[in-house]
Amino acid sequence: MRYLPLNSEDRSEMLARIGVDSIDALFSSIPEANRLSRDLDLPLRRSEMETQRLLAAMAAKNMPAGSAPFFIGAGAYKHHIPASVDHLIQRSEFLTSYTPYQPEISQGTLQAIFEFQTQVAALTAMDVANASMYDGSTATMEAVLMAHRVTKRRKAVLSGGLHPHYAEVVRTVSKMTDNDALSLPPDVFAAEDLAAEVDEETSCVVVQTPDAFGNLRDLSALAAACKEHGALLIAVFTEAISLGLVKPPGAMGADIVVGEGQSIGNGLNFGGPYVGLFATRQKYLRQMPGRLCGETVDADGRRGFVLTLSTREQHIKRDKATSSICTNAGLCCLAFTMHLTLLGEAGLRQLARVNHANAVDLAGRFAQIYGVEVLNRSFFNEFTVRVPGPAAEIVEHLAQKGILGGVPASRLWPGEDLDDLMIVASSEINTDEDRAAFASALRGIA
Amino acid sequence: MNRPEHPISSAGTGRPRSFTSNRGLCQEEGLIFEIGRPDVSGVDIDEPAPFEMRLGGLEREEPIGLPGLSEPEAMRHYVRLSQKNYSIDAGLYPLGSCTMKHNPRLNESMARLPGFGDIHPLQPESTVAGALELIAELSRWLMEMTGMPAVAMSPKAGAHGEACGMMAIKAAIAARGESATRRIVLVPESAHGTNPASAALVGFATRTVPCGPDGRVDLAALKSLLGPDVAAIMLTNPNTCGLFESDIVAIAEAMHAVGAYFYCDGANFNAIVGKTRPGDLGVDAMHINLHKTFSTPHGGGGPGAGPVVLSARLAPFAPVPFLREGESGLRLVEHVEADSQSFGRMAAFHGQMGMFVRALSYMMSHGADGLRQASEDAVLSANYIRASLSDLMTQPFGDQPCMHEVLFDDAWLKPTGLSTLDFAKAMIDEGYHPMTIYFPLVAHGAMLIEPTESESKASLDLFIATLRDLAFSAFDGAFDRFVGAPYHAPRRRLDETRAARNPILKWSAPTQDV
Ligand SMILES: Cc1ncc(COP(=O)(O)O)c(C=O)c1O
Repeated sequence: MRYLPLNSEDRSEMLARIGVDSIDALFSSIPEANRLSRDLDLPLRRSEMETQRLLAAMAAKNMPAGSAPFFIGAGAYKHHIPASVDHLIQRSEFLTSYTPYQPEISQGTLQAIFEFQTQVAALTAMDVANASMYDGSTATMEAVLMAHRVTKRRKAVLSGGLHPHYAEVVRTVSKMTDNDALSLPPDVFAAEDLAAEVDEETSCVVVQTPDAFGNLRDLSALAAACKEHGALLIAVFTEAISLGLVKPPGAMGADIVVGEGQSIGNGLNFGGPYVGLFATRQKYLRQMPGRLCGETVDADGRRGFVLTLSTREQHIKRDKATSSICTNAGLCCLAFTMHLTLLGEAGLRQLARVNHANAVDLAGRFAQIYGVEVLNRSFFNEFTVRVPGPAAEIVEHLAQKGILGGVPASRLWPGEDLDDLMIVASSEINTDEDRAAFASALRGIA
Repeated sequence: MNRPEHPISSAGTGRPRSFTSNRGLCQEEGLIFEIGRPDVSGVDIDEPAPFEMRLGGLEREEPIGLPGLSEPEAMRHYVRLSQKNYSIDAGLYPLGSCTMKHNPRLNESMARLPGFGDIHPLQPESTVAGALELIAELSRWLMEMTGMPAVAMSPKAGAHGEACGMMAIKAAIAARGESATRRIVLVPESAHGTNPASAALVGFATRTVPCGPDGRVDLAALKSLLGPDVAAIMLTNPNTCGLFESDIVAIAEAMHAVGAYFYCDGANFNAIVGKTRPGDLGVDAMHINLHKTFSTPHGGGGPGAGPVVLSARLAPFAPVPFLREGESGLRLVEHVEADSQSFGRMAAFHGQMGMFVRALSYMMSHGADGLRQASEDAVLSANYIRASLSDLMTQPFGDQPCMHEVLFDDAWLKPTGLSTLDFAKAMIDEGYHPMTIYFPLVAHGAMLIEPTESESKASLDLFIATLRDLAFSAFDGAFDRFVGAPYHAPRRRLDETRAARNPILKWSAPTQDV
């Protein structure tokens, strides 16, 4: 087996040194009756070439985003990632290292995390950010639990514009812990009155912008309402590129900002692995979940970085920890910080403008199609359209015509009477021809 | 703080001073905030044609504060940073419990096939048949290896898998109408911190089960804790002392007899693949760290994947999404259906697909025969280290065969006045990543060594010889080799107390100081 360096001679010598005569002697702590007495019913070893052939055949049954005009978003977005990012994250020293528990020989990872934390704090306009969570949805769940700890209350109010998977993750944990999670109905037009739901029992309000229908939301008034009642405002985003153009939640009074960082540096990967971003105010630092990297000095007085404030974490606090997270999204967080460093402020702003411009262009084309209606008053790179007929069928038709065209709202909110809505995203990857092809195909179907 | 390095003083080292602070190939590197500029970009993006913004007045006006680097600067920045990291590709990485084995590059290239890496989780299902097939195939391997009838694929790491298993158990208990009474989860003393944290996350109270003199759960003590208030036990097997819990079947029976469930922490599954199956031992739920046993790379801290295999009793409570075989092939069930007992959803979308591809590529490469051989080699190598060091270093539970990792304590270091930490830091100067230290908590000054199956005999021999040399040095009172260590790493010992006392968690522009 190509991955195993020991040969039978080595194995015999090693058994001799140990002083046993067979490998089975080393498994003697497994009672005889409990040992597997047959081979696993699975294929035998395969060469690299054979393995590659079988997996490539499976991959070939899928339709890659890059092979078609592509307009799908709803929580995961296709962007161009500079080639250097994937090259750099595959360097052995990043790819094949563990969590930086020995800081003297992990300064590469640690400094990158320190830079990441600073970038995330800047992007969200918050005081502190952690070293990443699994993804945006679990970061949202952790934010709600953190708000419960801070406020010592148990009720979360979830906006109808929150990504429904995120809402369901929060509801699942809430149900388990006997906390309340009040979900408002799907809010296509960003018309709900969240402030009216906040009372003295409310621990937090969770609101997304751009929301799941693409609407941008000004959170300032809601932040004031939360403050008045002693509740925390949790702002969520699923499209991190939006922060290059849109007012950040931190500037609108959010107490915790969480989001999905996949858009920056990370591919679609059918939904994972992604990277959860988590930022908050300095005063809540000690209630934060997840790892934190901090600056210090070494024995020679030189600057260096270490994991710190770990008295919040599971390996110290066990059942009293702020979260159970251990392995996080390390390499995805590295890809994020690399891509953002390559973009820089000017690049991110320009990229965000191009995204917005492309979406505005697409919305303009759709507005001219009889029977198709763009529902958003505001949006960044994603919006909702009403189509004549079930969006699920239209999306399927589009796919048959070689266009990956959007997400039917009914896939995210089944049974909510949203069958004729489709959520559409357009980023820098779309050319004029892509958008023209989409509009013309939709005209043909609609 | 937030200043570049002080020049390295040459005082007392007998070496010339360094003007740059660099030492040959080890280059100092500033923060992006010190070397980058906001108007520089490593990405060329054209100005869009004039258009009318539709942001509803919510444009970002203030500067963000993000530096940029051109591509050559960025390459250099990250390559220099990478050179300050230890890695499995560069050397033996004996972190017990973490399973730092070889990461085959085939798996990386498979995960990057556009048909896997460039598909959207919400594409029409008709365009992702191969992705669903891959998930089904990986599930089949996991179920056969563990002997369990179902698997939940969406958990994102081991701890998330623990939470998934605990939620399934909580839902099963609720379905029996016992939510109010069954609230206790038993956790052995030697358990990983994520176990009690995950149980607590799901709203259970935890109670500690003591460890017996042989490093295994004390069965009598465990039985004395059992009653109608107990929901489950979370038991790691092989456990974190590197020992197989020989009483596992009796433990499972005892749990089931009082109506409780058996959660197994499968972080150490890599020791037993093809040798024994949790499903045949009475386990109700177990997570598998694909980033340990099945070699998806650790990436400096993640990402991982933590699928959870489930017994028939818990399978109905599995979270969405899951796959269902229909007339027209595999279908994703993404929402809890009206008549379903599914407890809900763990995370957005369908799990860590990128990790699934790597893990399946690893499994297919090994095959049933290679996977068993890998387990055997891992166990053989750990015992080889044990047998080669047991005359010098002490083991908390006596010298007995171990599984894939061997646990030492610090009793043997006592007379030297050195700590486990000192010993670990001296290993760094010898070019090794230290073993896991101070875990598990049941061993005083624990040193948990897991060599994995990826080391050649020559590599193991040199590692053993090095530890022996260090041990003799410690006995000889060569204090300096330890307490000042590391001397040869990119940084000397770092002041963790200072970092925690006055946390500096992000860069801020330096205030003018002289
Ligand atoms: C024994 C044990 N259990 C659970 C975990 C948690 O797994 P993860 O880090 O993937 O969340 C780990 C590893 O960190 C472990 O070693």
